Amino acid sequence: MSPTDVVRHTVRVWSDEGDGGSMSGVRVLVGTRKGAFVLTADGARKKWTVDGPHFGGWEMYHLKGSPVDPNRIFASQTSSWFGQLIQRSDDGGKTWSPVGKDFVYDGVPGTHQWYDGTPHPWEFARVWHLEPSLSDPDVVYAGVEDAAMFKSTDGGTSWSELSGLRGHGSGSQWQPGAGGMCLHTILLDPRDENRIFAAISAAGVFRSDDGGTTWGPKNKGLKSGEIPSAEAEVGHCVHRLAQHPDRPDTIYMQKHWDVMRSDDGGDSWTEVSGNLPSDFGFPIDVHAHEPETIYVVPILSDSMHYPPEGKLRVYRSRTGGNEWEPLTKGLPQSDCYLNVLRDAMAVDKLDDCGIYFGTSGGQVYCSPDGGDTWDAIVRDLPAVLSVEVQTLP
Amino acid sequence: MSTIRVVLPAHLKALAGVHGEVPVEVAGEPTLSAVLDSLEQSFPVLRGTIREHPSGKRRAFVRFYACEEDLSHEPPDALLPEPVLQGREALLVIGAMAGG
Repeated sequence: MSPTDVVRHTVRVWSDEGDGGSMSGVRVLVGTRKGAFVLTADGARKKWTVDGPHFGGWEMYHLKGSPVDPNRIFASQTSSWFGQLIQRSDDGGKTWSPVGKDFVYDGVPGTHQWYDGTPHPWEFARVWHLEPSLSDPDVVYAGVEDAAMFKSTDGGTSWSELSGLRGHGSGSQWQPGAGGMCLHTILLDPRDENRIFAAISAAGVFRSDDGGTTWGPKNKGLKSGEIPSAEAEVGHCVHRLAQHPDRPDTIYMQKHWDVMRSDDGGDSWTEVSGNLPSDFGFPIDVHAHEPETIYVVPILSDSMHYPPEGKLRVYRSRTGGNEWEPLTKGLPQSDCYLNVLRDAMAVDKLDDCGIYFGTSGGQVYCSPDGGDTWDAIVRDLPAVLSVEVQTLP
Repeated sequence: MSTIRVVLPAHLKALAGVHGEVPVEVAGEPTLSAVLDSLEQSFPVLRGTIREHPSGKRRAFVRFYACEEDLSHEPPDALLPEPVLQGREALLVIGAMAGG
């Protein structure tokens, strides 16, 4: 695809061509440091329409659509100057309205640990992640910094903290990672939405089995040298979790160091980094139709945060980890020194599963064939913070 | 009732859907706090963008200027300068220049 194949206007273009006449399509929701973009294509995923920026100049940490009503999309709009807003679209991202933005911690917030180990008061900074319910378009969860989870049952109009997470006992020991103390991942179990996973940097994984009322840490088996000790209940720098809906007890994790998997709902973890060139990275995701096919983007640690050897490679394992193959066709294989952040990878649900990721250099890449080949949908957006994909009928 | 001319930064103008100056009507003492209360009442989307919610504290990167003076550290219940009360000068809400 050449840049001329990208049609830039604000009207969606659907095509009967290219996917066996199917009208299936995808809508890619991209959050960047300076606005949000909506990228659309038909099922062939070759010809794209770029719509945006929406909320130009604002940090758009995350956008995600409701699985129940794909036209309903929630977006986290934030700014160091002007604070937090939540925007909601009910027409697939064409128009937006601000909804509730009052994220007030329940009761007296107390303290967590600061970088130097001293107590630091809990202070709301921003919403990192929005996770719409799998069954109710009015229910949406928010993961915030300083780490906590909020829930709205009225389409984002009002928010209440699920304070059992912060209050389960270890909250005073939580410590921020370099990016802040953020709750960045929320997984909802498709069998029973009362089972919720949350991941916090740098506290670890927590699970609720009662809809978010009570929580417990799920970090057994995580090892990061001696920081913290292997026996520590919390303090693990988990970067991202992923789950396939057909196997909700299997959870994949990209940790600060190590790729991990759990086959018992987080009760225990084993390392599956295998032959990766670096076990550090941020995103991890699962193929839509193959629960043992997973994707990561290895990045050099600690302070480099760019791909090894200047080669941008997605690594795919078809065995649920340990055995990894580099995916390079269409990706830059020299002089590439960008990063891919934790919420910036997603998969679609078309028959030939599409894989997407966005970079700190402003590219959004798409592979319409499960990772075998890649092409850039766009190359010059602001630094990408998040990528989500909606598969449309 | 006083009418205070308020100039918002571009991002907040876009949020509020306004262009140019915003005339803000204030009943009672025309203090900075009263002007912001009235502004937020007229444009609820601005609540939390200038002052933190629920503390009401000025956001760190927001400043207030009028008559070429920085009013950011004035007590919230201080009266605005006379030229602002008379409508000869506007109250400027400014996003501090910082970051990229």
